Amino acid sequence: MLENARNKVKAAYRKHQTNRVQFKRSVNRSAGGDIGIYILLFIFGFFMFLPMVYSIVQSLKPLDEIFVFPPRFFVINPTLDNFRDLFRTMSESWVPFSRYVFNTIFISVVGTMGNVLLSSYAAYALAKIPFPGRNFLFRAVQYSLMFNATVTAISNFIIMSALGWVDTYLAVIVPAFCTSFGLYLMKQFMETSVRDDVLESARLEGASENKIFWKIAMPMVKPAWATLILFAFKDLWASGANLFIYSEQLKTLNYAISQLVTAGIQRTGVSAASTVFMMVVPILVFIISQNNVIQTMSSAGMKD
Amino acid sequence: MAKEKAVIRTDLTRFQWTLLEIRKHKVAYLMIAPFFILFTLFTVIPVVLSLLLSFTNFNMLEFPSFVFLDNYIRLFLDDDVFILAIKNTLKFAAVTGPGSYLLSLLFAWFINELRPKIRSIVTLIFYAPSISGNVYLIWTYFFSSDSYGLVNAWGMELGLLDEPVLWFQDTKYIFTLCCLVALWTSLGTSFLTNIAGFQTVDTALYEAGAVDGVKNRWQELYYITLPMMRPQMMLGAILSITGAFGFGAIISALVGFPSPNYAAHTIMHHLEDYGNQRYEMGYASAIATLLFLMMIGCNLLVNRILRKIGT
Repeated sequence: MLENARNKVKAAYRKHQTNRVQFKRSVNRSAGGDIGIYILLFIFGFFMFLPMVYSIVQSLKPLDEIFVFPPRFFVINPTLDNFRDLFRTMSESWVPFSRYVFNTIFISVVGTMGNVLLSSYAAYALAKIPFPGRNFLFRAVQYSLMFNATVTAISNFIIMSALGWVDTYLAVIVPAFCTSFGLYLMKQFMETSVRDDVLESARLEGASENKIFWKIAMPMVKPAWATLILFAFKDLWASGANLFIYSEQLKTLNYAISQLVTAGIQRTGVSAASTVFMMVVPILVFIISQNNVIQTMSSAGMKD
Repeated sequence: MAKEKAVIRTDLTRFQWTLLEIRKHKVAYLMIAPFFILFTLFTVIPVVLSLLLSFTNFNMLEFPSFVFLDNYIRLFLDDDVFILAIKNTLKFAAVTGPGSYLLSLLFAWFINELRPKIRSIVTLIFYAPSISGNVYLIWTYFFSSDSYGLVNAWGMELGLLDEPVLWFQDTKYIFTLCCLVALWTSLGTSFLTNIAGFQTVDTALYEAGAVDGVKNRWQELYYITLPMMRPQMMLGAILSITGAFGFGAIISALVGFPSPNYAAHTIMHHLEDYGNQRYEMGYASAIATLLFLMMIGCNLLVNRILRKIGT
C-alpha cells in the first residue's frame, strides 16, 4: 500500500543528496585575498589547536618530564603510562571503574535515544499536522532557547525532590529527553525536507499518522537524527557532578575523573590522560556526523 | 472524509471550528504530548515557580512564607556582592557574547572559501574545543602560577617578566583570561549554524551579482551573502547570547569559587551560592528571575536590531 509513497521518498532523498551544495566559486576572488584568508585562518587555527595539542602532549609525558625545569612544550619520550595509571587507580577505588563507565554510557545512550524519539514525534506533528495551537507551542519553544539551564536549576531541584527522583538515574535522563533546541532543529528540518505531497498521498491511501511518521518522515530526516544525537550525546557524556545524585554508585565517569584530578599534583599526568579520554569520544561522534550536522543547520534558521 | 469537506468555515463560529479541528487532529496531540509534558515540567513550571518563590522566604524545610518584594529590595540595596555580580556578568557577556558571535561569523566566512575536504578539517579544529568537556582546564597549565607554567617560563626567558605572575589569582588578569578561555570554547553551535548559513546561499546569485557589478568578496558578503543567511544569523545570535550567560562553570574551574576578591563573581555564582550552599531558595529564586529577565531582554533587543539591519 505504501510502496508508491516509499519509492517517491527514495527518489526525493537521492535527489536531495546529489543536490548538496557543490563547491564552485570563482567569481570575484583575488589571489591576494585568498592568501590573506589562508594566513589568518592558519594563525587563529594554530591558537585554537595549540591547547588541544598540549593536552595530548601532557598526557603522553612521563612523570619526570612533566616536572622538568624549564618547562618544555613537547614530549621527548612519549609513554602511555598515564593512561595505564588512570585505569589502574580508578579500578582500585571503592566503586569499580566499570561502574562509572556503565553509568555514563547508560545515561548517554538512553538519554540520547529518548531525546531523538520525543523530539521527532513532536517535531513531526508541529511541522506537518495543522492542529490548533501549534504556533503557540513552537513559539514557546523558541522563547525557551533564549535562556539557559542556570535559570531553572533551583526550581528543578525542588521539582525533582517533589517527584522523588533525587538520587536516581531518572533525574539525569528524563530532563535530557526534552531539549528545546533538539525539537527546534528537528522541526525546522522536517519542514524543509519532508515533502507534503508525499505525505498527502500516503494519507489518501489510508496510512495512519504514526505509520507515516515511521515509514516516510523519519527516513527522510536522517541528517537531523545525526545532529540531535551529537548534541544530546556531547552534553550527557560530559555530565559530571550532578546536584541530584548523591550515591557513589550512580556517579558518572566525568565526576569520578574530576575527583581524581583534585587529588594533587602527582596526578597531573593522569588528569591530562583523563581529559584526553573524555574529549576523544565526542570529537569522534562529530567527525562521523559532521556533514549531516551542517546539512541540518542549514535549515535551522530563525524565520520571522 | 467527504462529509468533513462539506463543512465550510463560515458555517461555524470560531470556537466550533477550532473544536472540529482539534477532534480531526487528535493524533497530533498524542504525538506532542510526551515532549510537551516534560517541557512543561522541566522548563515552563520552573520559570513560573522561581518567579513565585522569589516573593517568599523558603528553606526547603518549612512552607514558603510570603515576603513580597523583600528579596529584591535586599538584592539591590543590601547586597554589595550582588551589585558587583551584575556588573561582572554584564561586562563578561558584553565581551563574550558579541565576541563569540563575530568570531564565529568571521571564521565561518573564511572556512566557506576553502575546498570541501580542507573545510571539514578546519571546521573540526575550530569546533573541537567547545565539545571537549573540561579540556579548558589545560589553560591553567599554560598560565600556571609558578615558573613551571609555560607562559611564565617563556616570559621570563624572553625577559618580559621578572618573576612568575599569579595569572589566575591576580585580579588584574582574571577577567581578561576568563574571557579568552570562554571565547576559545565558544565556537560551538552558533559557529556551525553560520557555516551552514553560508552554504545555503545559491551560487547562481553570486554569478548574477557579478554581472550586476559586485566587484569583490566584501561586496559579495555585504550585498548577497549576509542578507540571504539572515535566518541563520538570527539563530546564531540567540545561541551566542544565551551562551554568554552560561560560562559560570568555566570561571569557577579556572579561578575557583568564590573567585579572589570576587573579581569574576557573576550572577550565576551568586545563584549557586544562595541556592546550593545556603539553601535560601526564595532569595536564590529572585536572582534566577532577574537572570531570566536579563537573558530574555538581551535576546529580544538584539533580535530587534538584527531584524532592522536586514531590511
